[in-house]
Amino acid sequence: MNIVSQSSSPAPTIIELEKVSRFFGSFQALNEVSLRVSAGEKMVICGPSGSGKSTLIRCVNQLEKHDAGRVTVNGVELGRNAKQLRAIRTDVGMVFQQFNLFPHLSVLENLMLGPMRTRKLTKPVAMELAMRYLHRVRIPEQADKYPSQLSGGQQQRVAIARSLCMEPKVMLFDEPTSALDPEMISEVLDVMVELADTGMTMMVVTHEMGFARQVADTMVFMDGGKIVETSSPEQFFTRPQSERGQLFLKQILQH
Amino acid sequence: MGHIIRRQRLWILLASSVLLAGCASNLQWYVVSPATESGRANLLFLAGGLKYTLLLSCTAIVISVVVGLLVALPGLSKNPLWRGVNRVYVEVVRAVPILVLILWVYYGLPIVMGLAVSVFWAGVIALALSDSAFEAEIFRAGIQSIDRGQLEASDSLGLGYFDRMRYVVLPQAIRRVLPPLGNQLVYMLKMSSLVSVIGMEELTRRANELVTSQYRPLEIYTVLIIEYLLLILLVSAGVRWLERRLARRDER
Ligand SMILES: Nc1ncnc2c1ncn2[C@@H]1O[C@H](COP(=O)(O)OP(=O)(O)O)[C@@H](O)[C@H]1O
Ligand SMILES: [Mg+2]
Repeated sequence: MNIVSQSSSPAPTIIELEKVSRFFGSFQALNEVSLRVSAGEKMVICGPSGSGKSTLIRCVNQLEKHDAGRVTVNGVELGRNAKQLRAIRTDVGMVFQQFNLFPHLSVLENLMLGPMRTRKLTKPVAMELAMRYLHRVRIPEQADKYPSQLSGGQQQRVAIARSLCMEPKVMLFDEPTSALDPEMISEVLDVMVELADTGMTMMVVTHEMGFARQVADTMVFMDGGKIVETSSPEQFFTRPQSERGQLFLKQILQH
Repeated sequence: MGHIIRRQRLWILLASSVLLAGCASNLQWYVVSPATESGRANLLFLAGGLKYTLLLSCTAIVISVVVGLLVALPGLSKNPLWRGVNRVYVEVVRAVPILVLILWVYYGLPIVMGLAVSVFWAGVIALALSDSAFEAEIFRAGIQSIDRGQLEASDSLGLGYFDRMRYVVLPQAIRRVLPPLGNQLVYMLKMSSLVSVIGMEELTRRANELVTSQYRPLEIYTVLIIEYLLLILLVSAGVRWLERRLARRDER
């Protein structure tokens, strides 16, 4: 019964930004940005370089502290409380453009560090969890290698697995395929599509429009520190409302 | 052109062989010759200081690495007050000559604290204190060289300050600062000779004592130099071995 009533009611909001601003000196990288992501939603954020996409997504797990406005994750408004921040960060996974794996740790150790130190899991439990997610990203055989021994695509898949080992409610991706050689992009996108199919809530900054078309529930187009357009993928790709959005699409779909 | 250089070489060869011959005629190697009974006894006496040179230097370097790290951490803080603590410590400690610090700790500290410090511990404290300022700077630079992305990844996994340091930053930083740390160890081995002035029976003190009784400074101090040389070559090789071992498995 319960399941029926839950699925019929609208999904709860899991991330909410209200008039969020961020300044670097006198430069305003985010200008009163507001958005809402509900549980299970996949939001793809695009826009020209320097438009504030990274700053926006990094505000969600407070790698970037906002100067004004409100950021609410899972019902908790994020402030300067360090303990609360750590708790939120275990709920929000993040995948970086540059992978940022720990080079002195093996793949397995990379995956086990967060679960053991933050979630206080025992070693055997953490190891089992790590192996499960390595299977999920399809590189269990690389468990004992070091990051420098892997290809870029493999490293990024390890990074995704590392975040998943925290069993987060939300996954943030900041241009996860931009640092990859073209032939490795699809192996990472495949893993992300599979993740989307499991119902994970995702915010993805990417210029991979094929991925966006396939996965996105919501497209967000940013320019100059502002959200210029929020729409469904069909609408954004066929008839973008803003002039800048049209221009951006033209440039990006040219090649 | 070529013949000028050749002539110069000839001169240097001639001059040095004359010098060597002159010295050789004055050298009385029997005082430290392994061939004679007394020579062997003297050599053993000299080498007997090795234990204290090593003990002094190793104890001091361990303490100074720990203190140096503890001083480096506030230097990396966002809070200017903590950074100030780091700056003052480094600037003050770095400004005091080691020899002066040794004398001050040995003769001065008992008056201040009202308790006697043994020669050994006075030496260790002075050497460690003096070196810790340099270790602090080395660690600060090493930690600062770690890529921001490593810190962001740690943060995104919810790691706290100590976990982040212990599991992510320090293991990488220590690898990078191993060469300068090795330098400091070599420096420490050499500076430990200064503790001879307060009567520590290490290599230099032993040599001094033997010179007083045997009146052969040239031979005995030459042996002393060779002792330090061998010791330090050995330590350098050890540090390089450690570097290779740590570098082998990762990073590029
Ligand atoms: N730490 C920083 N210090 C100063 N300026 C920054 C910093 N981070 C980002 N910026 C500036 O903010 C703007 C938005 O950056 P970013 O969010 O990284 O854009 P995007 O990810 O869309 O390319 C850029 O103009 C960038 O130069
Ligand atoms: Mg960016």
